[in-house]
Amino acid sequence: MKRIAAGVLALGLMATTASADIKIGAIVAETGPASALGDPEAKTIRMMVDALNAKGGIKGEKVRLVLYDDGADPSKAKTFATRLVEDDEVVAMVGGTTSGSSMAILAVAEEAKVPFISLAGAIEIIDPVKPYVFKTPHTDRMACLKIFADMKARGLTKVGLISGTDGFGASMRVQCLAVAKASGIEIVADETYGPKDADMTPQLINMRNTPGIQAILNSGFGQGPATITRNHQQIGLTLPLYQSHGVASNAFIELAGAKTAEGVRLPGTALLVGELLSPDDPQKPVVLAYKASFEAAAGAPVSTFGGYAHDAMRILIDAMGRASSSKPAALRDAIEATSGLVGTTGTYSYSPTDHLGLDLSAFRILEIRDGGWKLVN
Amino acid sequence: MSDLVPFSDLLQFLVSGVTVGAVYALVALGFTIIYNASDVVNFAQGEFVMLGGMISVAAVSAGLPLPLAALIAIVITAAIGVALNTLAIEPARGAPVVSLIIITIGASIFIRGVTQIVFGKGTHRLPPFSGDAPLHLFGAAILPQSLWVVAGAVAIFVGLWLFFTRTLTGRAVLATSNNRLAAQLVGINTGFVMTLSFALSAGIGALAGVLITPITPTSFEVGITLALKGFAAAMLGGMGNPKGALAGGLLLGLLEALTAGYLSSHYKDAVAFFVILVVLFAFPRGLYGSNPTERV
Repeated sequence: MKRIAAGVLALGLMATTASADIKIGAIVAETGPASALGDPEAKTIRMMVDALNAKGGIKGEKVRLVLYDDGADPSKAKTFATRLVEDDEVVAMVGGTTSGSSMAILAVAEEAKVPFISLAGAIEIIDPVKPYVFKTPHTDRMACLKIFADMKARGLTKVGLISGTDGFGASMRVQCLAVAKASGIEIVADETYGPKDADMTPQLINMRNTPGIQAILNSGFGQGPATITRNHQQIGLTLPLYQSHGVASNAFIELAGAKTAEGVRLPGTALLVGELLSPDDPQKPVVLAYKASFEAAAGAPVSTFGGYAHDAMRILIDAMGRASSSKPAALRDAIEATSGLVGTTGTYSYSPTDHLGLDLSAFRILEIRDGGWKLVN
Repeated sequence: MSDLVPFSDLLQFLVSGVTVGAVYALVALGFTIIYNASDVVNFAQGEFVMLGGMISVAAVSAGLPLPLAALIAIVITAAIGVALNTLAIEPARGAPVVSLIIITIGASIFIRGVTQIVFGKGTHRLPPFSGDAPLHLFGAAILPQSLWVVAGAVAIFVGLWLFFTRTLTGRAVLATSNNRLAAQLVGINTGFVMTLSFALSAGIGALAGVLITPITPTSFEVGITLALKGFAAAMLGGMGNPKGALAGGLLLGLLEALTAGYLSSHYKDAVAFFVILVVLFAFPRGLYGSNPTERV
């Protein structure tokens, strides 16, 4: 009798330890070529899990984070995703810094029926809609639409497009070409450059010589846009220059030079201009709170990419609070029911047909003035 | 269409080609010394260029004046070059050249990883040496920094050429490459020659990094691309010959700029590498490569 009681007690103990922690998984490119994106993402995710546990976790249960670094390698991302669902038995996954990694993770997530919130840009991640896959960043197509709308408002309809040949530049180029016509924009020049090229003046000269051209749009990421901005000034171009959301950071102004970048416009998120937002903007408190806590914890300025991770974690934590249980399927339903959740990137409302949850209002057109950002209305 | 493009545009394309070409030439020049001393193509050369840029950026942001920052970057990188030779190449002496080349690839991955930890993952730029205002020449705009890069490439070329043809030490380097044992028999300290070549190669790489960072921003991972283009330029001109490195670099840069200007930027790299293939079919050792029969 005693032994049975001890056995029951042991079983009971095992059951409590097993349910004491909710395990969530993360796969980000903390090192490697996308580490400038993945590093703030990892720091944000760790910071938010710590903050959550300090406040008592979810319904009294602690949340345990299992974070892997895929170095922006999709095949590693796939291995880690499999390990997360099979060995670590997580209830949800966040991450996929690059679109390639996200595509690899989502295949595993779909098969194992574990919800996954992606931090990458490609529209293919959520189009067509997959039941267990969500994402927080806006798509390249939305960036194109936002930029074209601003151009149209300024009466600039004949546009030269110059794109990097890397994944980001090539993907955004395709999206911009696809939506130009419907936005009332004519693409009159289509040039490309290598992501690490030292000089793009030949391409810009050819654009200057294109009849009727009124503005230049650079779909690029990394150092290329800074070089183009300097070349634009070097050869004395007066055509308005638009950059993509890929370089919406203070590092871009630093690289291009404040004077050189004067007047450049790009679509960015509220995170970049937190202080400039009007006091009744619902995003203002969210953005300022994240900025303050991230900068205190990481000792580095916030970036849009860390913001994507912040929003993904907010959505996940909110869903865990509402879900009927901490089973993956229940979590998935709760994530899909997310409505009016204010993040740094925008306000998210998911539905069975929309796993992006953002509209164009999430983007703000920003202009570089005196080495800082100015909101364009 | 192309005959309508006025003269000033051609000039601007040439300026672009020479700027980019001088960057390639600077990297290619760094390959020559180690190759001449040991027949090893040092794939960590791109990391030397990256280190030159990253260390000088760190020193400048710590408040040091640019010339001092550049000097520090060159000295530290040269020391890293010597360490690479002492710790990785020297212990493997006697291994086939291919093994040594693979060791340099391993070293480049290691240097990249350590740089990422020490200096972080961001992208940085040095301020231009003589300002940002372009100079105008017949309607073409030239950034002063381009002139610095071109002058740097020419100065290093002249220095190397004098070193290999006019100095005893330079000839000792060539002798070591031709026949290590024979060189030792005539009294050349081949161990010192190897140390010296790694120090010089790394120092030249670092100087290149300092010169080009105001034009093309630097981060821990720029070394790979730079080494690849610099290697292509060195092969085109003839591995081991400073004249070849300079000519190969400029030719590659001009090919890219003129293709982007007159044909299409989509084919820029494809055309450049097609020409390299054609040249290597005609001259398998590059434009200024040494006579292949010498190795029989």
